Amino acid sequence: MEHLPVLLIVVPLMAAPLCVLIRQPTLVMGFALVVIWSCPLMAATLLQRVLADGTISYAIGGWPAPYGIEYRVDALNAFVLLFVSSLGAAVLSYAPRSIAREIPQSKHHLFVTSYLLCLTGLMGMTITGDLFNVFVFLEISSLSSYALISLGRHRRALTAAFQYLILGTVGATFILIGIGLLYQMTGTLNMADMAERLRDVTGVRTVLVAFAFLSVGLALKMALFPLHLWLPDAYAFAPSAVTAFIAATSTKVSVYVLLRFVFSVFGVGFAFDTLGLDRILLPLALVGIFVASTVAIFQQNIKRMLAYSSVAQVGYMVLGISFASVNGLTASIVHMFNHALMKGGLFMAMGCIAFRLGSVDLDRMRGIGRTMPVTMALWVVGGLGLIGIPVTAGFISKWYLIMAALEQDRWVVAALVLVSSLLALVYILRVVEVAYFQEPAEGDAHVTEAPMSLLVPTGLVIGATLFFGLQTSWSAGVARVAAESLLGLSR
Amino acid sequence: MTTVTILRVVTKILMPYILLFGLYVQFHGDFGPGGGFQAGVIFAAGIILYALVYGLNSAIRIAPPVVLESLFALGVLIFAGTGVATMLMGGHFLDYNALSPHDPIHGQHWGLMAVEFGVGMAVASGMTLIYFAFAGRERVR
Repeated sequence: MEHLPVLLIVVPLMAAPLCVLIRQPTLVMGFALVVIWSCPLMAATLLQRVLADGTISYAIGGWPAPYGIEYRVDALNAFVLLFVSSLGAAVLSYAPRSIAREIPQSKHHLFVTSYLLCLTGLMGMTITGDLFNVFVFLEISSLSSYALISLGRHRRALTAAFQYLILGTVGATFILIGIGLLYQMTGTLNMADMAERLRDVTGVRTVLVAFAFLSVGLALKMALFPLHLWLPDAYAFAPSAVTAFIAATSTKVSVYVLLRFVFSVFGVGFAFDTLGLDRILLPLALVGIFVASTVAIFQQNIKRMLAYSSVAQVGYMVLGISFASVNGLTASIVHMFNHALMKGGLFMAMGCIAFRLGSVDLDRMRGIGRTMPVTMALWVVGGLGLIGIPVTAGFISKWYLIMAALEQDRWVVAALVLVSSLLALVYILRVVEVAYFQEPAEGDAHVTEAPMSLLVPTGLVIGATLFFGLQTSWSAGVARVAAESLLGLSR
Repeated sequence: MTTVTILRVVTKILMPYILLFGLYVQFHGDFGPGGGFQAGVIFAAGIILYALVYGLNSAIRIAPPVVLESLFALGVLIFAGTGVATMLMGGHFLDYNALSPHDPIHGQHWGLMAVEFGVGMAVASGMTLIYFAFAGRERVR
């Protein structure tokens, strides 16, 4: 099983072209489901082995580490790999019924191909220990996600995808420029090797510029306020399954790459003590949380509302990073996981609603708590998680975040995190009020519950947010191990 | 109309050489400048030239998009499949040495050949598909 790190990438990568060759929609979907469920199994095995025996390194092509491409698995990326692949598999299990309604059948095999390629790209960015390889996989995931978003039923899906393409390409170019400058300064592309060599050239302006390009590029890809403008349209107009998948995975992987660059390549000392990264991340995160949550309150399209809420949630992750402490990073990492579950589940529930109503407008959702009780109950549980109610996974993230703020005596920040939860409360309650306390519209009174093939995957993901809200030793435990290794406190 | 005749005749004369040169760059790539990507582009340029002069429909007849799509996928599969083959023969992913246990240099040679062939195939069909997509928007699905 020494090949496990590369198999995790190669299996979905090879399945994608096979889907093009198979073509027949039902066969393609069955094949893709078998393949995609093997990914979380492999990722779980990797995580288990990393926690037991420490970092795993795999040399592609048999070329040893600083020269060849190295795949390097530690607690942090094994954890990210596990939840990205699990959410990818859960959403694809949900996809067949949902895309049957939203995507023309002649494009189903291409949908599955792009989906598998997108997952390959996201997992590749996570697992690799090579800077240029990060860029290659970033392009694979980005290009396939543009294609996925453009499959949306509404014509505006095309402009949304195009807008994302332009901004995403700007972000990717910035990242490539940053990597190029770093390569110029150090002559290596291997992350571990580069971290060693960067110590000799810390003060050089080229390195500073590289850092600036990388952080701005990644901020664009992760939709950190004020670089989030591509996200609301992309999420609102993509097909339901695509929104659920991308919202659950894509921005988290960018946050992971930022963590990797800041802590493993540049080092805490350079990023925070020399440059003062926290002084820019902290205000951006806080302003982002408040602005995006406020904008979310005024949305009529509920998918767009959840998209703005995603921008706010990225703010929480970045806020955790800006503390540069064990608790702060634990909060960030565990929130990547928790938010993937909550937002994935919420968008899946929105897909159920779109499946029955053909619309995700707040007006149409009147009385839906009575006509689609299970879907709406799942939605509310996911929404409570976004607010951070105890017993849900979202509470765990906020708990660590507030602890991290308090241990650095940042009372104001802690208070602002609490106040911001009230904004989430407002936008969630607004939907609850319409769904439960208003009469269904004339035309929508006959609407029935979504089919089981949609409800079961949604229920599993939402159920997981409750499970990991109670059983925190695993998620927060792994996140803490990862945070400690990022800060160089262990191993 | 005379210019069109000239174009048609010149294209007919040039086509075989363009395709042949594409194959040359492909298979001579490990001794001289070239490789799968360049070869694929040259090969696709030949087909695109044909499409420009003889019209999209004729080009689609010699290179149907369905076939191109499959070749595109097959090219990626050849590349990744070479990597899987090296793993099955006991090496790491894409460790060509494993392909020939007796002579690693040969292994490297064969591995690169196979991989570059995949690249050439994917690039040639990909480039042609991109051209078809731009040239005949509704016609190519």
